[in-house]
Amino acid sequence: MEHYLSLFMKAVFVENMALAFFLGMCTFLAVSKKVDTALGLGIAVIVVQTITVPANNLVYQYLLKEDALAWAGLSGTDLTFIGLICYIGLIAAIVQVLEMVLDRYIPALYNSLGIFLPLITVNCAILGGSLFMVERDYSFSESVIFGFGSGAGWALALVALAGIREKMKYADVPPGLRGLGITFMIAGLMAMAFMAFSGIQL
Amino acid sequence: MKPLRDFLDRLNPLFTKGGRLERLYPLYEAADSFLFTPGEVNDGAPHVRDAMDLKRVMITVVFALLPCFFMAMWNTGYQANSALLITDGSVEGWRGELLDMLGFSGNPNSFVDNLLHGAVWFVPIYLVTNIVGGLWEALFCIVRRHELNEGFLVTGSLFPLICPPTLPLWQVALGISFGVVIGKEIFGGTGKNFLNPALTGRAFLFFAYPAQISGNEVWVAVDGISQATPLSQAAEGGVVALQSMTTWFDAFLGRIPGSMGETSVVACLFGAAILLLTGIGSWRIMLSGLVGAVGLSSAFLLVESSTNLMFALGPLWHLVIGGFAFGLVFMATDPVSGSMTEEGQYLYGLLIGVMCILIRVVNPAFPEGMMLAILFANVFAPVIDQMVLKVHSKRRLRHVSG
Repeated sequence: MEHYLSLFMKAVFVENMALAFFLGMCTFLAVSKKVDTALGLGIAVIVVQTITVPANNLVYQYLLKEDALAWAGLSGTDLTFIGLICYIGLIAAIVQVLEMVLDRYIPALYNSLGIFLPLITVNCAILGGSLFMVERDYSFSESVIFGFGSGAGWALALVALAGIREKMKYADVPPGLRGLGITFMIAGLMAMAFMAFSGIQL
Repeated sequence: MKPLRDFLDRLNPLFTKGGRLERLYPLYEAADSFLFTPGEVNDGAPHVRDAMDLKRVMITVVFALLPCFFMAMWNTGYQANSALLITDGSVEGWRGELLDMLGFSGNPNSFVDNLLHGAVWFVPIYLVTNIVGGLWEALFCIVRRHELNEGFLVTGSLFPLICPPTLPLWQVALGISFGVVIGKEIFGGTGKNFLNPALTGRAFLFFAYPAQISGNEVWVAVDGISQATPLSQAAEGGVVALQSMTTWFDAFLGRIPGSMGETSVVACLFGAAILLLTGIGSWRIMLSGLVGAVGLSSAFLLVESSTNLMFALGPLWHLVIGGFAFGLVFMATDPVSGSMTEEGQYLYGLLIGVMCILIRVVNPAFPEGMMLAILFANVFAPVIDQMVLKVHSKRRLRHVSG
């Protein structure tokens, strides 16, 4: 139990997808203008991440890994070279399904996410989560925790950025820095504050 | 005062619209409002009539910092003089020549000697901070045509207090430049930043030049003396090592090595009293920060750990060593970067207290956690405010419809 808790804390804070690895920057910078939308996207990322990382874990453990096909009577196989395309394909499929579900049941969220839900497919934080899972050879239950944690960490950073950007309404940013420029600066300063966790061994 | 007023009035036409020095108006305005109470009042629609303007707020904070300035100089000198006794050396460079001229004898029991020795380290850092930072501030004001205001006085007073005495002066200049420009001015100046500028500058130095701002070599202003701060001592050897180095009461008074202004809890308490009596510092933030730190460190004390010696430190020690008191009184209560709603301030303070203890105890990379704890809470302060406001408006809406 303690192992899972520390894995979760590590995924959320120490190895924060957005502010320690700078993954998923495009959506991170683009969909952080309003807290409500950011919260929506954050939840979408948590959901997608929690589903796709374990799903890819199954694909990896039972299909692609060295000797993974032993259950089918095939030995000596090693399909890891088609890993990338499998993971991204699976992510795309899951996002498609999620999109249809949202369109049907939560149209408000679907509309506010707009183009960014399909874009989650190519969000590097999502693929990054799966690749980290492969690299660290997580078990299935570990991958559930890691997927949820890394998604939650990304969402946390996104919501904090959105809060700061809403406060920035009152700021008087020099013309050359307005918009994306100042957002990059904010993200950098936030990353500096998140350095508080770097070095924690869990 | 009359001739001065007349002089400023005579200069006035030069700087107003159409005058030859029109572009430099912010500098004139700054000198004018620094010396005299400004005559203009806000003519925008909603405004409050109060004697407590920005100028008075900032000056009060600077007054509240005076005991810390004093302790910074005394303790820096005391630590250095005590170290000189051991090494039997003398003060080197221009500092030594200056001290010789002033009749300095290097006696750690002499009040004047301690102050003098502290001053030759503290004053240069203070001057560099204010000259370099002030130049940036003035440059931005002239180019962007907004008024130079007193916010920088506080940043310029806080920053030298959180530097170790031996910090090279070019790094001081670099740090305050980063703090003022990236931490504040690119957002539009005082009141528009989201991180505390002084801490932003220090954090930048901390990650860019760790050798000059952390470790054991930098806290005592004598060459070749290696003296750990109480916190890193405790991180290595636990309570036992800490007690062999200092007593609780010495740490409370501030006779311990550390960043110059942060060591003395007594001086911080004086400052806290001023800030609380005048209502400038938020008591909610201070209280909940205290509760968070005491709560979590007591919890660690109860849990106990065989591998991590910091667990056993306990709340009493945590409150008096490192920058906890200084940060909580002067940095966490910064009204710009902190939470603004009342309920939000409880949460914000709690986050600072908890994070500080968490970093100190759990993170082996950093012995001290207050700086990063406050910056971390600064990042979340706007979201906390938003949540509080949302809950509020939901509650009010229920009254309307029900």
